[in-house]
Amino acid sequence: MSTQEQAVVHVQRDDLRTRMGMWLFLFTELLLFGGLFFAYSVYRYLYASDFALAGKEMHVIIGAMNTAILLTSSMTMALSITAMERGNKRLSILYQLTTITFGLLFLVNKYIEWSAEISAGNYPGSTELAAKSHGQIIFYGLYYVMTGLHALHVIVGMTIIAVMCAFTIKDVITKDNYVKLEAAGLYWHLVDIIWIFLFPLFYLIN
Amino acid sequence: MEKQETQAEHTSHSYSIYVLVWLGLLTLTALTTVVAGINFGALTIAIALLIASTKSYLVLTVFMHLRIEQRAFKIFVFVAMFFLIISFVLLFSDYSFLQGFIK
Amino acid sequence: MSSEAVSVPLDSHSSYLDYTGKYKGLRAWIFSTDHKRIGILYLVALLSWFAIGVTLGFLIRLELFTPGKTIVDPQAYNSFFTLHGVIMLFLFVIPGLPAVFGNFFLPIMLGAKDVAFPRLNLLSWYLYMIGSLLVLLSIVLPGGAPDTGWTFYIPYSVRTSTNMIFALTAVFILGFSSILTGLNFLTTIHRMRAPGMGWFKMPLFAWSLYATGWIQILATPIIGITLLLVIFERVFHVGIFDPGLGGDPIMFQHMFWIYSHPAVYIMAVPAMGVISEILPVFAKRTIFGYKFIAFSSLAIAVFGSLVWAHHMFAVGMSDTGEFIFSLLTFLVAIPSAIKVFNWTATLYKGSITLDPPMLYALAAIFLFSIGGLSGIIQGTLSVDIQITDTAFIVGHIHYVVFGITGVGIFAALHYWLPKMIGRMYNHKVAKVAFWIFFVGFNILYFPMFVMGWLGMPRRYYDYLPQYTTYHQISTVGSWIMITGLIIMFYNLIKSVKYGEKVDAKAVWVYGETLEWTVPTPPPHENFDEIPAITDGPYEYKFNDEPILEEEES
Repeated sequence: MSTQEQAVVHVQRDDLRTRMGMWLFLFTELLLFGGLFFAYSVYRYLYASDFALAGKEMHVIIGAMNTAILLTSSMTMALSITAMERGNKRLSILYQLTTITFGLLFLVNKYIEWSAEISAGNYPGSTELAAKSHGQIIFYGLYYVMTGLHALHVIVGMTIIAVMCAFTIKDVITKDNYVKLEAAGLYWHLVDIIWIFLFPLFYLIN
Repeated sequence: MEKQETQAEHTSHSYSIYVLVWLGLLTLTALTTVVAGINFGALTIAIALLIASTKSYLVLTVFMHLRIEQRAFKIFVFVAMFFLIISFVLLFSDYSFLQGFIK
Repeated sequence: MSSEAVSVPLDSHSSYLDYTGKYKGLRAWIFSTDHKRIGILYLVALLSWFAIGVTLGFLIRLELFTPGKTIVDPQAYNSFFTLHGVIMLFLFVIPGLPAVFGNFFLPIMLGAKDVAFPRLNLLSWYLYMIGSLLVLLSIVLPGGAPDTGWTFYIPYSVRTSTNMIFALTAVFILGFSSILTGLNFLTTIHRMRAPGMGWFKMPLFAWSLYATGWIQILATPIIGITLLLVIFERVFHVGIFDPGLGGDPIMFQHMFWIYSHPAVYIMAVPAMGVISEILPVFAKRTIFGYKFIAFSSLAIAVFGSLVWAHHMFAVGMSDTGEFIFSLLTFLVAIPSAIKVFNWTATLYKGSITLDPPMLYALAAIFLFSIGGLSGIIQGTLSVDIQITDTAFIVGHIHYVVFGITGVGIFAALHYWLPKMIGRMYNHKVAKVAFWIFFVGFNILYFPMFVMGWLGMPRRYYDYLPQYTTYHQISTVGSWIMITGLIIMFYNLIKSVKYGEKVDAKAVWVYGETLEWTVPTPPPHENFDEIPAITDGPYEYKFNDEPILEEEES
């Protein structure tokens, strides 16, 4: 073996391997939130009326808007891949930036919503919340943990797409090699899917 | 030699299918929001989950290209879902039959 | 299996140990993405933690030699058994075989040059080391070492003032390390097998790593989120587990065991894979029921995900739930039993040589069978109400986990270490160590079945005088066993520098899987040319017995 060898063993390019790796990683994210959904479903079953009570105070309009925002961002992410596939570099970058912008909008909405809840005293450890029934305390506990963890994933997703955007500009991602962009898209779509379930469970209880 | 797959062997959808699916997703979102106002009793959550599952199915198969991926990926998704769902079922085999829970 | 027409040059090669690339010295190891070096890095770390875990076990048994205080106060004792569990499980047996031998040998066994994601592999090791650091910090920082038991049950894990956040974060990060290893192996097995190596020509160790990888990916995130919630409970009082705020402590237990039961199969299944590798080589017969063994690994992974609440039979679950979980628990024994039958059939009429790897492999089968049968006893609902949370369970877990995974690691060391370092240990010393270990193991753990049956609780610092004799027998057993361990490791570690050099590719002569066709130790990229595979593994051509299975066409 020559001493000039690279540190990393040269492996053949295999896009399916990359996508497979990302899908498997997505399962871990799915199960991470899955655990929270376990907790949610059991406590909703045990505290049905308390959950309905707390659910009434949720801001449906903000929630619905955020759902629409994420769904649209999913579309623009998918479109960015098609654009790259067709060699349209500028359009792909545009769609990627649009996706990030929608992510930002989502976060702004979330900030507004959380601020409203916190100023109303609905946060873990507050005296107002401590005075409420157990089921309501748990509802809000789950609300903050689940939407908070989700928002963290939105931030991570936006960062990943920003990096992909840089790669696209620098021609690391090209018409003949865009599996990285596909992988980033897969991550973003999962973030969307999780919100698709969070929305009815927190905002549409009646 | 390991297996390889390069870009030439893997293409995805046209622009229009994405827009169509997006419109469908928005429609379903509107539907689920409206339906939530109607009282179906115990069925309400089932309907909400059904609509959410349909939306997820669309995102999975079209946006995430599961429809055109290799069969292995579809099996993978099935395996992950199986684990998730069976855990829910077994969890509730305890909770649904509890005799009294201190609230 | 024979490789076609591809020969590896017989001139002196530089092995992965001598290879120099971008970095030199220590940095050439801790920045290396070579799966073989990463395996060695894991080995050193794991064995270090094992030594600490054994010491803690020694101290626990010493304390239990007499009722009341023997050497430490109760608080220290609680921390001892907590750390013993956390270290042995999260830092030794769960990373265990996959991290060391999976990393080192899976690519070679498949005919690949490395795993699917080499840099991610290195990240896995970094995460393991960060988790290690956090566990160390949880021990030494002022708040005091964790004392909740490795199971971190609510509400005490929220109330205790010890360094819980460090311990919980450590396990979270270690979980992530485990997930990435599983992800890497699954992708490697799917995409990087040599041409001609169909799924059913893959070695059984690879099958076991495949099943294990699925458990790692699907189950580990659950404990991740569960422990994260405990951290949030401690810091933000979210109420999700705290009964004072409406939470259900049983919900914690459900979520905890949804991972932690499948986790025992992360521990056991690779060890079963190692046994399936060793038996054919030292019985010189092909494995009996290859497909049954392969599929039973998958079946264990599936069934193992369905039984978690058998850890909770006495906590107040519904009768219906308990009945269902008891039934499922009986079912999970079946695929394991299938393996034991197939292993036995492999041995029947074999030409057996009791080299050290074989001794440990056979011991693993024996000990696991005892442990597994005691598991059936525990799965019986009415019986478990009596014996849960007693020493019976402690006996069970050590017979199964230590018995198959611990002993499996010892077997793998004696089987593969010479290949990894190109030096052979002393066989006579190894055999003496084995017997001392084996005798000590049984004297240590068998009395636990008896005293547990008679009512001795687990994790108890003090006990009634009627249990004293059993405890003392058990403690003496621990001294014997540890003596065996010391001799065993002294022998192995000494061989690293002073062992007789091994040049043969087929170190054990009869090994038929691909790692025995490459030089000893393997070169940097494993193969000069990727072999083309024509035969299945374990097909021995030098005895006259017909192969018991249909030929793969």
